[in-house]
Amino acid sequence: MAVKGVAHMYRDKGDHLITVATEHKAVLDAHHALEREGFRTTFLGVGPDGLVDLDELKAAITDQTILVSVMAVNNEIGVVQPLAEIGKICKERGVLFFCDAAQAVGKIPLNVEELGIDILAFTAHKMYGPKGIGALWVRRKAPRVRLEPLLHGGGHERGLRSGTLAVPLIVAFGEAAEIAQREMAEESARILALRTRLYHGLQAKLEHIHLNGSWEHRAPGSLNVSFAYVEGESLLMGISDIAVSSGSACTSASLEPSYVLKALGVGDELAHTSIRFGIGRFNTEDEIDYTIGRVVEVVNRLRDMSPLWEMVQEGIDLRTVSWTGH
Amino acid sequence: MAYSEKVIDHYSNPRNVGALPKDDPTVGTGVVGAPECGDVMKLQIRVGAGGVIEEAKFKTFGCGSAIASSSLATEWVRGKTLEEAAQIRNTDIVQELNLPPIKIHCSVLAEDAIRAALADYKAKQDKLTA
Repeated sequence: MAVKGVAHMYRDKGDHLITVATEHKAVLDAHHALEREGFRTTFLGVGPDGLVDLDELKAAITDQTILVSVMAVNNEIGVVQPLAEIGKICKERGVLFFCDAAQAVGKIPLNVEELGIDILAFTAHKMYGPKGIGALWVRRKAPRVRLEPLLHGGGHERGLRSGTLAVPLIVAFGEAAEIAQREMAEESARILALRTRLYHGLQAKLEHIHLNGSWEHRAPGSLNVSFAYVEGESLLMGISDIAVSSGSACTSASLEPSYVLKALGVGDELAHTSIRFGIGRFNTEDEIDYTIGRVVEVVNRLRDMSPLWEMVQEGIDLRTVSWTGH
Repeated sequence: MAYSEKVIDHYSNPRNVGALPKDDPTVGTGVVGAPECGDVMKLQIRVGAGGVIEEAKFKTFGCGSAIASSSLATEWVRGKTLEEAAQIRNTDIVQELNLPPIKIHCSVLAEDAIRAALADYKAKQDKLTA
């Protein structure tokens, strides 16, 4: 709604949009739909740390650019983009800044004024609220942002999204937000300690593991790790009593390795071995220790039956092997 | 993804994991797949005097279905002649393991691995008799 709403409303001003290769499919697909209508999009790349290059952003903005869309926290690897710097650049160049903060609101402090965000999207089910409701914050002054609605009829929510409001969901969303805000400082410190314990625990017991994305610029509860020579899905199967995912759950219908990891420059062979751990409000230190133990056990078992691990132990450089791709 | 009971059984208790000496002239080794595709299978056979496969071992990097397909392949080739082993089709593996459409490539890879091991064994034997 935000991307299309801005594009359609500001079409007279320009036809160029900027976003990032690692955005959620919901944002990427909206851009692809707009491209079919004649809009042009620049998909910015990211560094090995998963972060946008600000100089690249500056260079991409033209007098035709109407919107920059950058997510706050990546849904797959958890890295936090430099929002304040991006907001500043957008303001200087007179371009609107839309931020998909579904993974961020309720977990990290976000102030739309300080960050220069013009439109902010977030959702209840990522902050322990109910599924089926999200919110779009739209700046009303300096500048006043206008959106072309996707749905017409009835004039609810100032004509932006017609339809009867789901009051129980709205109340629950509000309550969830209040709890998240109240507990944020304490919770994020506790969860960060759990994430650190998890990664250090895995690192201490397993070699050839790789962190995907920046360690410092990362939401407290997110961890994405590649376990070289062990295919991710088989690892998931071995730790089926632990709720984790390989790649993004949203694209698990396909066997393609993650487009997000690809954008970071992670090779396909390592992308196939990645696991996404999410730590939240209800996790405990005992659960982290249990997870470390189970992951180490299964990775070792699968490496013992991995021909790649065998070759590496024999000193064979896997890049020199001529594989029969399929 | 829901796995069939047979896939889970082979994944949890894989048959014949291991390696045979690949330079042994009675051993045929097939390695198929590629790490960037997310599947690599190594299947080895040891052929006895009567042209019968006496032993089979595998190692697989891949999903549960790939592990199950190669585990099953080692069970099936054991005790078969080279000709009989060459008759094993991926569709047989799909049927036995109840593989969903998205995992059919795992069975194809297992069939390819059997063929590659047979071909390697034959090439070694041809070299010896040449």
